[in-house]
Amino acid sequence: MGRMRKLLIPGVDKTLLVKDAIKTMPDLTRRRFISGGASLGALTLLTGCDVSDSFSAEDMLKKISKFNDGVQAWMFNPDALAPTFPESAITKPFPFNAYYDIDDAPEVDGKTWRLEVRGLVENKKPWTLEELYKLPQVKQVTRHICVEGWSAIGSWTGTPLRDFLKIIGADTRAKYVWFQCADKEGYNSPLDMPTALHAQTQMTFKFGDEILPTAYGFPMKIRVPTKLGFKNPKYVISMEVTNDYKGGFWEDQGYNSFSGN
Amino acid sequence: MSALTVSEEHTSPTAAKVIQPAWVRILHWTNAVAMVLMIMSGWQIYNASPLFNFRFASSITLGGWLGGALLWHFAAMWLLMVNGLIYLALGFATGRFRKKLLPITPTGVIADTKAALTGKLSHEDLSKYNYVQKLLYAGIIVVGVVIVLSGLSIWKPVQLQWLTALFGGYDAARYVHFICMAAICAFLVVHVALAFLVPKSLRAMIIGR
Repeated sequence: MGRMRKLLIPGVDKTLLVKDAIKTMPDLTRRRFISGGASLGALTLLTGCDVSDSFSAEDMLKKISKFNDGVQAWMFNPDALAPTFPESAITKPFPFNAYYDIDDAPEVDGKTWRLEVRGLVENKKPWTLEELYKLPQVKQVTRHICVEGWSAIGSWTGTPLRDFLKIIGADTRAKYVWFQCADKEGYNSPLDMPTALHAQTQMTFKFGDEILPTAYGFPMKIRVPTKLGFKNPKYVISMEVTNDYKGGFWEDQGYNSFSGN
Repeated sequence: MSALTVSEEHTSPTAAKVIQPAWVRILHWTNAVAMVLMIMSGWQIYNASPLFNFRFASSITLGGWLGGALLWHFAAMWLLMVNGLIYLALGFATGRFRKKLLPITPTGVIADTKAALTGKLSHEDLSKYNYVQKLLYAGIIVVGVVIVLSGLSIWKPVQLQWLTALFGGYDAARYVHFICMAAICAFLVVHVALAFLVPKSLRAMIIGR
Protein backbone atom coordinates (compact mmCIF):
# COMPACT_ATOMS: atom_id res chain seq x y z
CA MET A 1 0.00 0.00 0.00
CA GLY A 2 2.80 2.42 0.89
CA ARG A 3 4.42 1.86 -2.47
CA MET A 4 1.13 2.42 -4.27
CA ARG A 5 0.59 5.72 -2.51
CA LYS A 6 4.05 6.91 -3.56
CA LEU A 7 3.24 6.15 -7.20
CA LEU A 8 0.18 8.41 -7.16
CA ILE A 9 0.66 11.97 -8.37
CA PRO A 10 -1.08 14.55 -6.12
CA GLY A 11 -3.95 16.31 -7.87
CA VAL A 12 -4.40 13.63 -10.54
CA ASP A 13 -7.59 11.55 -10.51
CA LYS A 14 -6.42 7.92 -10.52
CA THR A 15 -9.54 6.60 -12.25
CA LEU A 16 -9.11 9.02 -15.11
CA LEU A 17 -5.43 8.17 -15.28
CA VAL A 18 -6.18 4.47 -15.68
CA LYS A 19 -8.81 5.28 -18.35
CA ASP A 20 -6.28 7.35 -20.29
CA ALA A 21 -3.67 4.62 -19.98
CA ILE A 22 -6.08 2.01 -21.34
CA LYS A 23 -6.89 4.25 -24.31
CA THR A 24 -3.24 4.23 -25.31
CA MET A 25 -3.20 0.44 -25.46
CA PRO A 26 -4.25 -1.14 -28.76
CA ASP A 27 -7.39 -3.23 -28.46
CA LEU A 28 -5.71 -6.46 -29.53
CA THR A 29 -2.87 -6.11 -27.03
CA ARG A 30 -5.32 -5.50 -24.24
CA ARG A 31 -7.33 -8.53 -25.11
CA ARG A 32 -4.25 -10.71 -25.46
CA PHE A 33 -2.97 -9.38 -22.16
CA ILE A 34 -6.19 -10.27 -20.41
CA SER A 35 -6.59 -13.70 -21.98
CA GLY A 36 -2.89 -14.44 -21.46
CA GLY A 37 -3.17 -13.40 -17.84
CA ALA A 38 -6.28 -15.46 -17.38
CA SER A 39 -4.79 -18.64 -18.81
CA LEU A 40 -1.51 -18.15 -16.98
CA GLY A 41 -3.42 -17.62 -13.75
CA ALA A 42 -5.56 -20.64 -14.46
CA LEU A 43 -2.48 -22.71 -15.22
CA THR A 44 -0.72 -21.67 -12.01
CA LEU A 45 -3.88 -22.30 -10.04
CA LEU A 46 -4.60 -25.66 -11.61
CA THR A 47 -1.11 -27.11 -11.74
CA GLY A 48 -0.01 -25.43 -8.53
CA CYS A 49 -3.04 -26.74 -6.72
CA ASP A 50 -2.95 -30.12 -8.41
CA VAL A 51 0.74 -30.77 -7.87
CA SER A 52 0.91 -29.60 -4.27
CA ASP A 53 -2.32 -31.40 -3.40
CA SER A 54 -1.36 -34.75 -4.85
CA PHE A 55 2.13 -34.46 -3.40
CA SER A 56 0.96 -33.72 0.11
CA ALA A 57 -1.78 -36.36 -0.11
CA GLU A 58 0.77 -38.93 -1.25
CA ASP A 59 3.17 -37.98 1.54
CA MET A 60 0.41 -38.20 4.11
CA LEU A 61 -0.76 -41.59 2.82
CA LYS A 62 2.81 -42.93 2.89
CA LYS A 63 3.25 -41.75 6.47
CA ILE A 64 0.00 -43.40 7.53
CA SER A 65 1.06 -46.62 5.76
CA LYS A 66 4.29 -46.56 7.79
CA PHE A 67 2.26 -45.98 10.93
CA ASN A 68 0.11 -48.98 9.91
CA ASP A 69 3.30 -51.08 9.62
CA GLY A 70 3.94 -50.28 13.29
CA VAL A 71 0.36 -51.02 14.33
CA GLN A 72 0.45 -54.39 12.55
CA ALA A 73 3.83 -55.32 14.05
CA TRP A 74 2.31 -54.54 17.44
CA MET A 75 -0.81 -56.62 16.63
CA PHE A 76 1.30 -59.55 15.38
CA ASN A 77 1.14 -62.42 17.85
CA PRO A 78 4.11 -64.76 17.21
CA ASP A 79 2.17 -67.66 18.75
CA ALA A 80 -1.04 -67.18 16.74
CA LEU A 81 -1.18 -69.85 14.04
CA ALA A 82 -2.99 -69.32 10.74
CA PRO A 83 -6.05 -71.58 10.56
CA THR A 84 -5.36 -74.93 8.88
CA PHE A 85 -7.78 -76.91 6.72
CA PRO A 86 -8.42 -80.52 5.73
CA GLU A 87 -6.97 -81.70 2.39
CA SER A 88 -10.52 -81.76 0.99
CA ALA A 89 -10.66 -77.97 1.29
CA ILE A 90 -7.74 -77.42 -1.11
CA THR A 91 -8.64 -75.16 -4.02
CA LYS A 92 -8.38 -76.98 -7.37
CA PRO A 93 -6.88 -75.81 -9.57
CA PHE A 94 -4.81 -73.54 -7.36
CA PRO A 95 -4.46 -70.23 -9.26
CA PHE A 96 -1.20 -69.10 -10.82
CA ASN A 97 -0.71 -65.41 -10.08
CA ALA A 98 2.04 -62.97 -11.03
CA TYR A 99 2.58 -59.65 -12.81
CA TYR A 100 3.43 -61.65 -15.96
CA ASP A 101 1.90 -64.56 -17.90
CA ILE A 102 2.67 -68.13 -16.87
CA ASP A 103 4.71 -68.53 -20.09
CA ASP A 104 7.08 -65.84 -18.77
CA ALA A 105 7.57 -67.56 -15.41
CA PRO A 106 11.29 -68.19 -14.80
CA GLU A 107 12.49 -71.69 -15.65
CA VAL A 108 15.12 -72.45 -13.03
CA ASP A 109 17.57 -75.35 -13.54
CA GLY A 110 17.44 -77.26 -10.26
CA LYS A 111 20.86 -78.81 -10.87
CA THR A 112 22.78 -75.53 -11.13
CA TRP A 113 20.57 -73.47 -8.81
CA ARG A 114 22.13 -72.43 -5.49
CA LEU A 115 20.48 -70.65 -2.61
CA GLU A 116 22.76 -67.74 -1.71
CA VAL A 117 22.89 -66.81 1.97
CA ARG A 118 24.15 -63.34 2.84
CA GLY A 119 24.29 -60.72 5.56
CA LEU A 120 24.28 -61.28 9.31
CA VAL A 121 24.84 -65.05 9.25
CA GLU A 122 27.72 -67.20 10.47
CA ASN A 123 27.77 -69.64 7.56
CA LYS A 124 27.45 -68.07 4.10
CA LYS A 125 27.93 -71.30 2.16
CA PRO A 126 25.50 -71.53 -0.82
CA TRP A 127 23.01 -74.41 -0.64
CA THR A 128 22.18 -76.88 -3.42
CA LEU A 129 18.63 -78.13 -3.83
CA GLU A 130 19.78 -81.64 -2.90
CA GLU A 131 21.16 -80.38 0.43
CA LEU A 132 17.98 -78.43 1.19
CA TYR A 133 15.77 -81.47 0.41
CA LYS A 134 17.57 -83.36 3.20
CA LEU A 135 16.34 -80.95 5.89
CA PRO A 136 13.28 -81.99 7.97
CA GLN A 137 10.02 -80.93 6.30
CA VAL A 138 6.56 -80.05 7.54
CA LYS A 139 3.26 -79.87 5.62
CA GLN A 140 0.66 -77.15 6.02
CA VAL A 141 -2.77 -76.67 4.43
CA THR A 142 -3.46 -72.97 4.78
CA ARG A 143 -5.25 -70.11 3.08
CA HIS A 144 -3.31 -67.96 0.65
CA ILE A 145 -4.83 -64.46 0.61
CA CYS A 146 -4.04 -62.14 -2.27
CA VAL A 147 -3.80 -58.37 -1.83
CA GLU A 148 -6.49 -58.22 -4.55
CA GLY A 149 -8.97 -59.86 -2.17
CA TRP A 150 -9.33 -63.39 -3.53
CA SER A 151 -8.10 -66.36 -1.56
CA ALA A 152 -7.28 -70.02 -2.20
CA ILE A 153 -6.39 -72.93 0.06
CA GLY A 154 -3.22 -74.84 -0.79
CA SER A 155 -0.95 -77.56 0.58
CA TRP A 156 2.68 -76.58 1.06
CA THR A 157 5.53 -78.74 2.33
CA GLY A 158 8.99 -77.59 3.33
CA THR A 159 11.41 -76.61 6.07
CA PRO A 160 10.39 -74.04 8.69
CA LEU A 161 12.46 -70.93 7.91
CA ARG A 162 13.34 -70.53 11.59
CA ASP A 163 15.03 -73.96 11.59
CA PHE A 164 17.10 -72.96 8.57
CA LEU A 165 18.01 -69.58 10.12
CA LYS A 166 19.28 -71.51 13.15
CA ILE A 167 21.36 -73.86 10.97
CA ILE A 168 23.07 -71.00 9.13
CA GLY A 169 23.68 -69.13 12.40
CA ALA A 170 21.58 -66.10 11.51
CA ASP A 171 21.49 -63.15 13.88
CA THR A 172 17.79 -63.30 14.72
CA ARG A 173 18.02 -59.90 16.41
CA ALA A 174 18.32 -58.41 12.91
CA LYS A 175 15.23 -56.66 11.58
CA TYR A 176 14.65 -58.37 8.23
CA VAL A 177 15.25 -61.34 6.02
CA TRP A 178 15.37 -59.97 2.48
CA PHE A 179 14.58 -62.33 -0.42
CA GLN A 180 15.64 -61.99 -4.03
CA CYS A 181 14.03 -63.98 -6.82
CA ALA A 182 14.66 -65.18 -10.37
CA ASP A 183 11.56 -63.45 -11.82
CA LYS A 184 12.34 -61.14 -14.71
CA GLU A 185 12.69 -57.54 -13.48
CA GLY A 186 14.04 -59.09 -10.28
CA TYR A 187 11.33 -59.66 -7.71
CA ASN A 188 12.32 -59.06 -4.11
CA SER A 189 10.62 -58.61 -0.76
CA PRO A 190 11.59 -57.96 2.85
CA LEU A 191 10.21 -60.08 5.70
CA ASP A 192 10.28 -58.78 9.27
CA MET A 193 12.19 -61.03 11.67
CA PRO A 194 9.27 -61.86 14.03
CA THR A 195 7.34 -63.17 11.00
CA ALA A 196 10.43 -64.99 9.66
CA LEU A 197 10.61 -66.80 13.01
CA HIS A 198 6.89 -67.72 13.02
CA ALA A 199 6.29 -71.48 13.22
CA GLN A 200 4.38 -71.60 9.90
CA THR A 201 6.81 -69.52 7.85
CA GLN A 202 8.28 -72.08 5.50
CA MET A 203 10.91 -72.65 2.82
CA THR A 204 8.57 -74.52 0.51
CA PHE A 205 9.73 -77.29 -1.82
CA LYS A 206 6.45 -79.10 -2.52
CA PHE A 207 2.91 -78.20 -3.44
CA GLY A 208 0.25 -80.87 -2.95
CA ASP A 209 2.97 -83.44 -2.05
CA GLU A 210 4.66 -82.95 -5.45
CA ILE A 211 7.90 -81.08 -6.20
CA LEU A 212 6.95 -77.41 -6.60
CA PRO A 213 5.93 -76.86 -10.24
CA THR A 214 7.21 -73.80 -12.11
CA ALA A 215 3.83 -72.07 -11.69
CA TYR A 216 4.14 -72.10 -7.92
CA GLY A 217 7.80 -71.11 -7.65
CA PHE A 218 10.26 -73.96 -8.42
CA PRO A 219 12.71 -74.58 -6.89
CA MET A 220 11.83 -72.72 -3.68
CA LYS A 221 9.05 -70.50 -2.45
CA ILE A 222 8.72 -68.79 0.91
CA ARG A 223 5.29 -69.61 2.27
CA VAL A 224 4.09 -67.07 4.87
CA PRO A 225 0.47 -67.75 5.85
CA THR A 226 0.51 -64.69 8.14
CA LYS A 227 1.17 -62.39 5.17
CA LEU A 228 -0.59 -61.42 1.94
CA GLY A 229 0.41 -63.38 -1.17
CA PHE A 230 2.88 -60.83 -2.58
CA LYS A 231 4.97 -61.33 0.58
CA ASN A 232 5.30 -65.04 -0.30
CA PRO A 233 8.15 -64.84 -2.85
CA LYS A 234 8.60 -67.59 -5.48
CA TYR A 235 11.72 -68.66 -7.45
CA VAL A 236 13.90 -67.53 -4.51
CA ILE A 237 17.63 -67.30 -5.30
CA SER A 238 18.99 -65.57 -2.22
CA MET A 239 18.21 -64.52 1.31
CA GLU A 240 19.95 -61.79 3.26
CA VAL A 241 19.69 -61.24 7.00
CA THR A 242 19.88 -57.49 7.47
CA ASN A 243 19.00 -54.50 9.62
CA ASP A 244 18.42 -52.33 6.55
CA TYR A 245 15.06 -51.89 4.93
CA LYS A 246 15.84 -52.73 1.31
CA GLY A 247 12.37 -52.32 -0.14
CA GLY A 248 10.50 -54.73 -2.35
CA PHE A 249 9.00 -55.09 -5.82
CA TRP A 250 5.43 -54.25 -4.74
CA GLU A 251 6.31 -52.48 -1.50
CA ASP A 252 8.17 -49.80 -3.49
CA GLN A 253 5.07 -49.24 -5.63
CA GLY A 254 2.86 -48.53 -2.65
CA TYR A 255 1.60 -51.79 -1.19
CA ASN A 256 1.80 -51.68 2.59
CA SER A 257 5.12 -53.20 3.61
CA PHE A 258 3.97 -55.22 6.61
CA SER A 259 0.78 -56.52 4.93
CA GLY A 260 0.11 -59.01 7.70
CA ASN A 261 -2.99 -61.19 7.90
CA MET B 1 -28.21 -33.67 28.19
CA SER B 2 -24.68 -32.86 27.12
CA ALA B 3 -22.71 -30.00 28.63
CA LEU B 4 -22.32 -28.50 25.16
CA THR B 5 -26.04 -28.11 24.65
CA VAL B 6 -26.48 -26.56 28.06
CA SER B 7 -23.74 -24.01 27.54
CA GLU B 8 -25.09 -23.08 24.10
CA GLU B 9 -28.51 -22.44 25.58
CA HIS B 10 -26.97 -20.30 28.29
CA THR B 11 -24.91 -18.12 25.99
CA SER B 12 -27.79 -17.43 23.61
CA PRO B 13 -31.00 -17.51 25.58
CA THR B 14 -32.99 -15.78 22.81
CA ALA B 15 -31.97 -18.22 20.06
CA ALA B 16 -34.22 -21.08 19.04
CA LYS B 17 -33.54 -24.36 20.80
CA VAL B 18 -30.60 -26.42 19.62
CA ILE B 19 -31.77 -29.38 17.54
CA GLN B 20 -28.33 -30.87 16.81
CA PRO B 21 -25.66 -30.21 19.45
CA ALA B 22 -22.18 -29.24 18.24
CA TRP B 23 -20.63 -32.65 18.96
CA VAL B 24 -23.25 -34.39 16.81
CA ARG B 25 -22.67 -31.96 13.95
CA ILE B 26 -18.87 -32.26 14.05
CA LEU B 27 -18.95 -36.07 14.25
CA HIS B 28 -21.67 -36.26 11.56
CA TRP B 29 -19.68 -34.33 8.94
CA THR B 30 -16.39 -36.02 9.84
CA ASN B 31 -18.16 -39.33 9.39
CA ALA B 32 -19.58 -38.14 6.05
CA VAL B 33 -16.06 -37.41 4.75
CA ALA B 34 -14.65 -40.68 6.10
CA MET B 35 -17.56 -42.70 4.63
CA VAL B 36 -17.16 -41.19 1.16
CA LEU B 37 -13.39 -41.86 1.21
CA MET B 38 -13.93 -45.44 2.43
CA ILE B 39 -16.67 -46.21 -0.12
CA MET B 40 -14.85 -44.74 -3.13
CA SER B 41 -11.51 -46.39 -2.29
CA GLY B 42 -13.41 -49.59 -1.41
CA TRP B 43 -14.92 -49.68 -4.90
CA GLN B 44 -11.43 -49.51 -6.41
CA ILE B 45 -10.28 -52.36 -4.15
CA TYR B 46 -13.38 -54.36 -5.14
CA ASN B 47 -12.46 -53.89 -8.82
CA ALA B 48 -9.19 -55.81 -8.30
CA SER B 49 -11.18 -58.99 -7.59
CA PRO B 50 -14.93 -58.44 -8.10
CA LEU B 51 -17.38 -60.55 -6.08
CA PHE B 52 -20.12 -60.04 -8.65
CA ASN B 53 -20.35 -59.70 -12.40
CA PHE B 54 -19.62 -55.96 -12.51
CA ARG B 55 -16.97 -53.35 -11.76
CA PHE B 56 -17.27 -49.78 -10.55
CA ALA B 57 -16.44 -47.08 -13.13
CA SER B 58 -12.98 -45.67 -12.44
CA SER B 59 -14.43 -42.12 -12.51
CA ILE B 60 -16.24 -42.78 -9.21
CA THR B 61 -13.39 -44.61 -7.45
CA LEU B 62 -10.50 -43.26 -5.40
CA GLY B 63 -6.82 -44.16 -5.53
CA GLY B 64 -6.23 -44.74 -9.25
CA TRP B 65 -5.13 -48.37 -8.80
CA LEU B 66 -5.33 -51.08 -6.15
CA GLY B 67 -2.23 -49.90 -4.26
CA GLY B 68 -3.41 -46.29 -4.14
CA ALA B 69 -6.91 -47.32 -3.09
CA LEU B 70 -5.53 -49.50 -0.28
CA LEU B 71 -3.48 -46.55 1.02
CA TRP B 72 -6.62 -44.40 1.10
CA HIS B 73 -8.76 -47.16 2.62
CA PHE B 74 -6.28 -47.92 5.43
CA ALA B 75 -5.81 -44.21 6.14
CA ALA B 76 -9.49 -43.22 6.15
CA MET B 77 -10.30 -46.24 8.34
CA TRP B 78 -8.66 -44.45 11.28
CA LEU B 79 -10.84 -41.39 10.76
CA LEU B 80 -13.95 -43.57 10.44
CA MET B 81 -13.09 -45.75 13.43
CA VAL B 82 -11.95 -43.06 15.90
CA ASN B 83 -14.83 -40.77 14.93
CA GLY B 84 -17.28 -43.67 15.16
CA LEU B 85 -16.04 -44.74 18.59
CA ILE B 86 -16.39 -41.18 19.94
CA TYR B 87 -19.90 -41.05 18.49
CA LEU B 88 -20.90 -44.35 20.11
CA ALA B 89 -19.37 -43.35 23.46
CA LEU B 90 -21.10 -39.94 23.51
CA GLY B 91 -24.33 -41.40 22.12
CA PHE B 92 -24.58 -43.75 25.07
CA ALA B 93 -23.06 -41.44 27.72
CA THR B 94 -25.29 -38.45 26.96
CA GLY B 95 -28.38 -40.64 26.64
CA ARG B 96 -28.92 -39.35 23.09
CA PHE B 97 -29.38 -42.86 21.65
CA ARG B 98 -31.94 -43.77 24.33
CA LYS B 99 -33.85 -40.50 24.09
CA LYS B 100 -33.78 -40.10 20.30
CA LEU B 101 -33.86 -43.63 18.97
CA LEU B 102 -35.90 -45.57 21.51
CA PRO B 103 -38.40 -47.06 21.70
CA ILE B 104 -38.86 -48.50 18.21
CA THR B 105 -42.23 -50.28 17.99
CA PRO B 106 -43.51 -52.22 14.97
CA THR B 107 -46.88 -50.44 15.08
CA GLY B 108 -45.14 -47.06 15.20
CA VAL B 109 -42.91 -47.94 12.27
CA ILE B 110 -45.86 -49.20 10.19
CA ALA B 111 -48.01 -46.14 10.98
CA ASP B 112 -45.20 -43.68 10.21
CA THR B 113 -44.23 -45.51 7.01
CA LYS B 114 -47.84 -45.22 5.80
CA ALA B 115 -47.89 -41.54 6.77
CA ALA B 116 -44.57 -40.92 5.00
CA LEU B 117 -45.70 -42.62 1.79
CA THR B 118 -48.95 -40.61 1.72
CA GLY B 119 -47.08 -37.37 2.48
CA LYS B 120 -48.74 -36.91 5.86
CA LEU B 121 -45.65 -37.21 8.06
CA SER B 122 -45.07 -34.08 10.11
CA HIS B 123 -41.64 -32.44 10.28
CA GLU B 124 -42.74 -29.71 12.70
CA ASP B 125 -40.48 -30.71 15.58
CA LEU B 126 -37.08 -31.76 14.18
CA SER B 127 -35.77 -32.63 17.63
CA LYS B 128 -38.13 -35.62 17.72
CA TYR B 129 -37.53 -38.45 15.27
CA ASN B 130 -40.48 -40.35 13.81
CA TYR B 131 -40.45 -44.14 13.88
CA VAL B 132 -39.09 -44.51 10.35
CA GLN B 133 -36.20 -42.21 11.24
CA LYS B 134 -35.61 -44.05 14.50
CA LEU B 135 -35.46 -47.39 12.69
CA LEU B 136 -33.17 -46.12 9.91
CA TYR B 137 -30.81 -44.23 12.22
CA ALA B 138 -30.54 -47.12 14.69
CA GLY B 139 -30.17 -49.53 11.78
CA ILE B 140 -27.39 -47.58 10.09
CA ILE B 141 -25.44 -47.42 13.37
CA VAL B 142 -25.60 -51.23 13.53
CA VAL B 143 -24.53 -51.48 9.87
CA GLY B 144 -21.65 -49.09 10.64
CA VAL B 145 -20.46 -51.36 13.43
CA VAL B 146 -20.78 -54.50 11.27
CA ILE B 147 -18.92 -52.97 8.31
CA VAL B 148 -15.99 -52.05 10.58
CA LEU B 149 -15.92 -55.50 12.21
CA SER B 150 -16.17 -57.34 8.87
CA GLY B 151 -13.45 -55.04 7.51
CA LEU B 152 -11.19 -55.90 10.44
CA SER B 153 -11.83 -59.60 9.88
CA ILE B 154 -10.78 -59.30 6.21
CA TRP B 155 -7.70 -57.27 7.16
CA LYS B 156 -6.58 -59.59 9.98
CA PRO B 157 -7.95 -63.10 9.32
CA VAL B 158 -5.09 -64.65 11.34
CA GLN B 159 -4.61 -62.22 14.24
CA LEU B 160 -8.40 -61.73 14.61
CA GLN B 161 -9.39 -65.21 13.40
CA TRP B 162 -12.14 -65.49 16.04
CA LEU B 163 -13.78 -62.44 14.47
CA THR B 164 -13.34 -63.82 10.93
CA ALA B 165 -14.86 -67.11 12.10
CA LEU B 166 -17.82 -65.17 13.52
CA PHE B 167 -18.57 -63.91 10.00
CA GLY B 168 -18.32 -67.44 8.60
CA GLY B 169 -14.73 -67.26 7.36
CA TYR B 170 -12.65 -64.97 5.16
CA ASP B 171 -14.68 -65.28 1.96
CA ALA B 172 -18.03 -64.82 3.72
CA ALA B 173 -16.67 -61.74 5.55
CA ARG B 174 -15.94 -60.13 2.16
CA TYR B 175 -19.60 -60.54 1.19
CA VAL B 176 -20.77 -59.15 4.55
CA HIS B 177 -18.45 -56.16 4.05
CA PHE B 178 -19.86 -55.59 0.55
CA ILE B 179 -23.51 -55.93 1.63
CA CYS B 180 -22.97 -53.40 4.46
CA MET B 181 -21.47 -50.98 1.89
CA ALA B 182 -24.55 -51.46 -0.32
CA ALA B 183 -26.83 -50.82 2.70
CA ILE B 184 -24.95 -47.62 3.54
CA CYS B 185 -25.22 -46.44 -0.08
CA ALA B 186 -28.96 -47.15 -0.10
CA PHE B 187 -29.31 -45.28 3.20
CA LEU B 188 -27.31 -42.36 1.76
CA VAL B 189 -29.65 -42.01 -1.23
CA VAL B 190 -32.72 -41.76 1.02
CA HIS B 191 -30.92 -39.69 3.68
CA VAL B 192 -29.57 -37.08 1.25
CA ALA B 193 -32.84 -36.89 -0.74
CA LEU B 194 -34.84 -36.25 2.44
CA ALA B 195 -32.32 -33.71 3.72
CA PHE B 196 -32.98 -31.68 0.55
CA LEU B 197 -36.77 -32.25 0.76
CA VAL B 198 -36.77 -30.91 4.34
CA PRO B 199 -34.01 -28.24 4.11
CA LYS B 200 -34.41 -27.11 7.72
CA SER B 201 -33.16 -30.54 8.80
CA LEU B 202 -30.01 -29.92 6.74
CA ARG B 203 -29.70 -26.46 8.28
CA ALA B 204 -30.00 -27.95 11.76
CA MET B 205 -27.14 -30.36 10.99
CA ILE B 206 -24.97 -27.41 9.84
CA ILE B 207 -25.73 -24.57 12.28
CA GLY B 208 -27.51 -26.57 14.95
CA ARG B 209 -30.91 -24.87 14.84
